[in-house]
Amino acid sequence: MQRLRAMIVKEIWSLLRDPKARIVLVLPPLIQLFIFTFATTLDVRNVDIAVLDRSGGVHSAELVQRIAGSPNFRKVVYLASSDDLERAIDNQQVIAALVIDAGFDRALTRNPPARVGLVLDGRRSNAAQIVAGYVSQIAAGMDTEAVPAMQGGVQVTNWFNPSLDFIWFTLPALIVIIVSIAGLAITSQTVSREREMGTFDQLLVSPLRLHEILIGKIVPPFLVGTFNGTLYLVVAQLFFGIPYTGSLLLFFPALFIYLLALIGLGLFVSSLSMTQQQSFLGSFVVTVPLMILSGYASPIENMPDWLQVVTHIDPARYFLIIVQGLFLKDMPAVDVFHQLWPLVLIALVTLSASAWLFRSRME
Amino acid sequence: MNPEPAPSRKFSLRRLSAMMVKEFAQILRDPSTFLIALAMPLLLLFLFGYAVSLDTSGTKVALVLEDSSAPALGLAETYRASPYFAVETMRSIPEARRQMIASEIRGVIVIPQDFGRMVQAGRMPVIQLITDGSQPNAASFIAAHGQGVFQNWLATEGLPGATAHAPVIDVSPRFWYNPGLKSRYFLVPGSIAIVMTMIGTLLTALVVAREWERGTMEALMATPVSMVEFIVSKIVPYYLLALASMTLCTVIAVWAFGVPFRGSLIALYLIASAFLMPALGLGLFISSATRNQFVASQIALLASFLPTFLLSGFVYEISSMPVWIQAITYAVPARYLIPSLQTLFLTGDIWSHFLPNIAAMLGFGFLFFFLSFRVTRRSLG
Repeated sequence: MQRLRAMIVKEIWSLLRDPKARIVLVLPPLIQLFIFTFATTLDVRNVDIAVLDRSGGVHSAELVQRIAGSPNFRKVVYLASSDDLERAIDNQQVIAALVIDAGFDRALTRNPPARVGLVLDGRRSNAAQIVAGYVSQIAAGMDTEAVPAMQGGVQVTNWFNPSLDFIWFTLPALIVIIVSIAGLAITSQTVSREREMGTFDQLLVSPLRLHEILIGKIVPPFLVGTFNGTLYLVVAQLFFGIPYTGSLLLFFPALFIYLLALIGLGLFVSSLSMTQQQSFLGSFVVTVPLMILSGYASPIENMPDWLQVVTHIDPARYFLIIVQGLFLKDMPAVDVFHQLWPLVLIALVTLSASAWLFRSRME
Repeated sequence: MNPEPAPSRKFSLRRLSAMMVKEFAQILRDPSTFLIALAMPLLLLFLFGYAVSLDTSGTKVALVLEDSSAPALGLAETYRASPYFAVETMRSIPEARRQMIASEIRGVIVIPQDFGRMVQAGRMPVIQLITDGSQPNAASFIAAHGQGVFQNWLATEGLPGATAHAPVIDVSPRFWYNPGLKSRYFLVPGSIAIVMTMIGTLLTALVVAREWERGTMEALMATPVSMVEFIVSKIVPYYLLALASMTLCTVIAVWAFGVPFRGSLIALYLIASAFLMPALGLGLFISSATRNQFVASQIALLASFLPTFLLSGFVYEISSMPVWIQAITYAVPARYLIPSLQTLFLTGDIWSHFLPNIAAMLGFGFLFFFLSFRVTRRSLG
């Protein structure tokens, strides 16, 4: 027990010894949390649109006026010719260009529907589709005043996030992502650094037993991960006002098990690498698929079927569902456990695989 | 402490080539180089080609049918047939809510009790769409397409709600350069930028930080090698490695993922070279400023990889971000690279678009090289 304590103290010191490294443990994750929370939105706002108005009538002016007045558009660029239009799109000066033909006003008054063209930049096809939706909506709005029709027919309700605030989605997800990046980065360095510095052999000839070395390696990233996770949990509520509706008694066990699964992965990479450079690259090769297959970057159901099967071995997938569920949906214990048992399984596999590899590398 | 710089050493091509041979040998000897130059790009392209897709279809929704009249069943059938949804019938709204909490479904379509009666009475029938707000993107998708399917059904049934909504203006959208609206077409060229950031900044930062950490940097400085020779010998091998990797990615993007390549190779290499200047310069600067592999790797991740991923317009629209973040994006070199690459692949050579971007990238390149020059020199004083 005394040996174990000495080992843990040594590991914590080697992590915190360098003042730069101390700062790196806390500051970059916080910066990431703040910047990326605001940056990662799939909303489309403040875009610039061009107009090529060949009609010059009252109705076309009205349509352009409505587009200019929409909060989703920032600037309307008036074009004189189709050459201008091509240039504005090609140079990505605007994302879309509305083309109103000379006969627009006449068609609108005599025999509707009048047709308008909309050229969109397919290089940003996702944003372009949303912009096309905005324009169609504005165009549809032109007639509801002329023909007072029955509105509705469909009543839309958004549960858990009534105003569809994107931050409510991003922030809980970022907690998962940032805890993962930091956790893997720290763990993957522990063994390879000793190997590169030559202190690994000293460790092996010391009276420490294998499990003591391993526990000593697991504790510091576990503590850092718990600290970061708790910090973000508080920041999300205090700074960003994201409601946390679930139980803390469910959050922490899930965080602990996720950290163990993650640390197992990191130790595996670290035991495999001979140098810190290799272990860093190795952890990167693990982190990127971990993030992308978790369902954060894009929904899992959009992926091809065979890849959806692969996502089942991604521990971040389960933790992401738990964290989002606990934040917004007051996820009950049954559902948390439903996500938790695969996580326990993954943690067992990664930890024992890394212990096995560590032992075989010792000989 | 001697404030004077070291006695001037003449630039020597022989020394430089010896240094570069050493650097190349180091690259080739280390298996992790192959990992980063070959395996990484393949992995990234694979993930962005297959795993990241913003083309939503087959979203899982529940259908709660409270009415069993013919029109209600007909509408239910229309939803089942829609390619946008994967519909599962459920008995009640509370049951659907439980499934939504468990993240099994993303939305609920409710056809209420009096639906059939409303249709028979010739009045506008009402349905309810419930979405999972914890996934805002999927939620707006379900709302939009759920309404679309309903409107179509009203129109085919010849019901009053539909005719009143006949549009006065018909917007016909045309998507230039990507008419099939494949998100892969812009994600794959964008991921080439990530690969070049990896090699240019991350790998370079690690390599040079290792020299500092192991003390071989001091040993190098004691030799007659000059600063310029040193920096060039570090830059050239990784520059070539990055270009080789970029070429590999381009070939895979075109042949395996079918992304069109409408520009010229000259433009591709010119843009890539311009981007590698700030990428390599930043890598050198980080390593000289930190001199610790762990710290260098974390800073490089924060200062290059994540901004390239998140603040460059790669996936997330810059114009939608708050103004202060938009200001930060101007300092991210990848912001100038990614639109150029997407244009090069999908549109062609638009020099009026490329040149300002190339100029911006070169400008950052000079800045970072200047900074790393300063930091390296001062540390030797």
